[in-house]
Amino acid sequence: MIRQGFSLVALTTGLMVASGVWAESGYTMDDPNIAVSYEEDGRYFTEDDVPTFNVTDDGKVDWLTFSGFRRYHSECHVCHGPDGEGSTYAPALKKSALDMDYYDFLDVVTNGRQRVDAADNSVMPAFGTNLNVMCYLDDIYVYLKARGMEAVPRGRPGSKEAKSDAIREAENACMGT
Amino acid sequence: MKSLKYLTSVLAICSATGALANADLQSQIDNPAQWAIQTGDYENQRYSELAQINADNVGDMQVAWTFSTGVLRGHEGSPLVVGDVMYVHTPFPNTVYALDLTQEGKIIWKYEPKQDPNVIPVMCCDTVNRGVAYADGKIFLHQADTTVVALDANTGEALWSVKNGDPSKGETNTATVMPVKDKVIVGISGGEFGVRGSVTAYNMEDGSLAWRAYSMGPDSDILFDPETTTHLGEPVGADSGTNTWEGDQWMIGGGTTWGWYSYDAEADLIYYGTGNPSTWNPAQRPGDNRWSMTIMARDPDDGMAKWVYQMTPHDEWDYDGINEMILTDQEIDGQVRKLLTHFDRNGLGYTLDRISGELILAEKFDPAVNWTTGVDMDPNSETYGRPAVVAAYSTEQNGEDVNSTGICPAALGSKDQQPASYSPKTELFYVPTNHVCMDYEPFRVSYTAGQPYVGATLAMYPAPDSHGGMGNFIAWDNIAGEIKWSIPEQFSVWSGALATAGDVVFYGTLEGYLKAVSADTGEELYRFKTPSGIIGNVMTYEQAGKQYVAVLSGVGGWAGIGLAAGLTNPNDGLGAVGGYSALSDYTALGGQLTVFTLPD
Repeated sequence: MIRQGFSLVALTTGLMVASGVWAESGYTMDDPNIAVSYEEDGRYFTEDDVPTFNVTDDGKVDWLTFSGFRRYHSECHVCHGPDGEGSTYAPALKKSALDMDYYDFLDVVTNGRQRVDAADNSVMPAFGTNLNVMCYLDDIYVYLKARGMEAVPRGRPGSKEAKSDAIREAENACMGT
Repeated sequence: MKSLKYLTSVLAICSATGALANADLQSQIDNPAQWAIQTGDYENQRYSELAQINADNVGDMQVAWTFSTGVLRGHEGSPLVVGDVMYVHTPFPNTVYALDLTQEGKIIWKYEPKQDPNVIPVMCCDTVNRGVAYADGKIFLHQADTTVVALDANTGEALWSVKNGDPSKGETNTATVMPVKDKVIVGISGGEFGVRGSVTAYNMEDGSLAWRAYSMGPDSDILFDPETTTHLGEPVGADSGTNTWEGDQWMIGGGTTWGWYSYDAEADLIYYGTGNPSTWNPAQRPGDNRWSMTIMARDPDDGMAKWVYQMTPHDEWDYDGINEMILTDQEIDGQVRKLLTHFDRNGLGYTLDRISGELILAEKFDPAVNWTTGVDMDPNSETYGRPAVVAAYSTEQNGEDVNSTGICPAALGSKDQQPASYSPKTELFYVPTNHVCMDYEPFRVSYTAGQPYVGATLAMYPAPDSHGGMGNFIAWDNIAGEIKWSIPEQFSVWSGALATAGDVVFYGTLEGYLKAVSADTGEELYRFKTPSGIIGNVMTYEQAGKQYVAVLSGVGGWAGIGLAAGLTNPNDGLGAVGGYSALSDYTALGGQLTVFTLPD
């Protein structure tokens, strides 16, 4: 029953992706920072070689988007809330992933940043030494972009592409396993 | 009468030696005009003898005065009142204010510690702090960065400070401390960072270390005697803190101690619970993972454990065992028993004999709980005291990289740290609860010191096939093991309850309401919407002959993370409508104390 609920949502979203216009985020699917230009070993990129997500018409997500869902909810969720939605004190990363340049996004995750003053006590930690984050940076990034575009609904993605050998090899090399 | 009492306590302070310090705090607690300890009393009953505000007139209650804390994060815990002074704390940066209650809350002193803000992101789940403690003329503050500082209660001057942990390894603090005898009992947070939990006693006089008891490790680390420390009546034997772990995994084993502490002066035992084993991926840590998820009874003088009970061996769901242990003396089968009642994250309400550690009762306090069919209560059984795990909801049996769905309760538990209260008049426990279920997918993670060490993906949603809300406020009979009444709430109830001799029970809600209900029936008698969601605990005191009720507002904590944007609704696609809306539709950040009283 739960599973059925998800796949219905996914189906609806898939159809909406096809129609293309997204009022909430202010971006469209043909935005050069979002549109898929090419695929390489199961990874999807924009024309500027920036990682992006791919969701098929029937709601199947690319492996990195699915993996990003898992890693996000392990590493980021305890501050930034479920599904990239934000918490009472930490920003909604589904928006940040769209509004921030990819390389700025990597910089903040790697090195952290602080906003501490009379009104704020907000600190993003540096994850540069955390393999559980650094080995999955692109995964988390494309997942959040997909969430920002509502190309994947809240919750667990319904179906996914298989993990490619190249992705598996890169993961093992990065994690040292 | 009151001034005489105050004079007596001043004398006690002046003549205080170590042994009298406990007597001092006990005498402060015994005066119902005060709220001298976060938990209301050493027994953690959160019950007040004050009855000026009662079931008949609480409906007339009005706001008397308010105070802004100047901080906008989750506000847990409550103020203390000792004499004519109220002590108010804040989340990070952990400012403490002393307010003069004879001058409408004029600030007598303010203490603001300087802390490295890098501690903020290593605090799992917001920068909450559950308040200061008082004893022996000192205010004890346990900061986020694990610095324990003793302040002169009259001036705010720092008398001593000691560092209990290392935030660069993920060791932080959110809890209050408990003064017992001539010591201060101190816990630690960081189970999501692979911290090995411990409880530490510092000498109240100068902050020097008295003892430290880890939750896992060699017997000399955990302060267990293989012969005399018992688990369900049997000696634990040698190496019990290492022999249910693989290799040296116990060194990053979790079992942190961030909950509440209670104390039985007659038995001379302190009680607390230990948290989840690290990581959340059970496949990575085979074995029972002792002594995570355990109720501990220790001697406050040397820390030695008298008895222990592991509630959730080999946790597979993040059901931390840190919730408060409420001590009561009640009759069972015509015999007065010394009881310990505990509402665990795992959804079971436990009643134990607090002297022997005998398990008397373990029953679900939320009917939605489904991960277990119940606890084996047969002392002759091999699995005595163990919960029977339902295979479908076992994230261990389903394995790594498998999404186990529909598990109740969710990781935040049927109840989290928000403390329950007990009324000796009704012999009922008033329990703030969560009514949330989850999908849980564990996977492999690597450990890096000071970095999150979680290893699971969770999705949470309101309990299916129920009232659609995410919480209940219940009255529980700890001897029958039954819910007497239950008030459905749209959001998890994340506020500590207060019961009074006026037959009223108070609690706060995440939307920001302070509510008063009948202790007998649960009927709502009063509500007032404060400026922000309430995750603080309700307290009461008397000043110049008038009773006041006070609570901190300031949404946040685990609740603010999970619920700010609303939970995932698994039935959305089926067109179900319900109360799954976002907390952010109801309230925003805040930091305010609201004090209520009856009109003149």
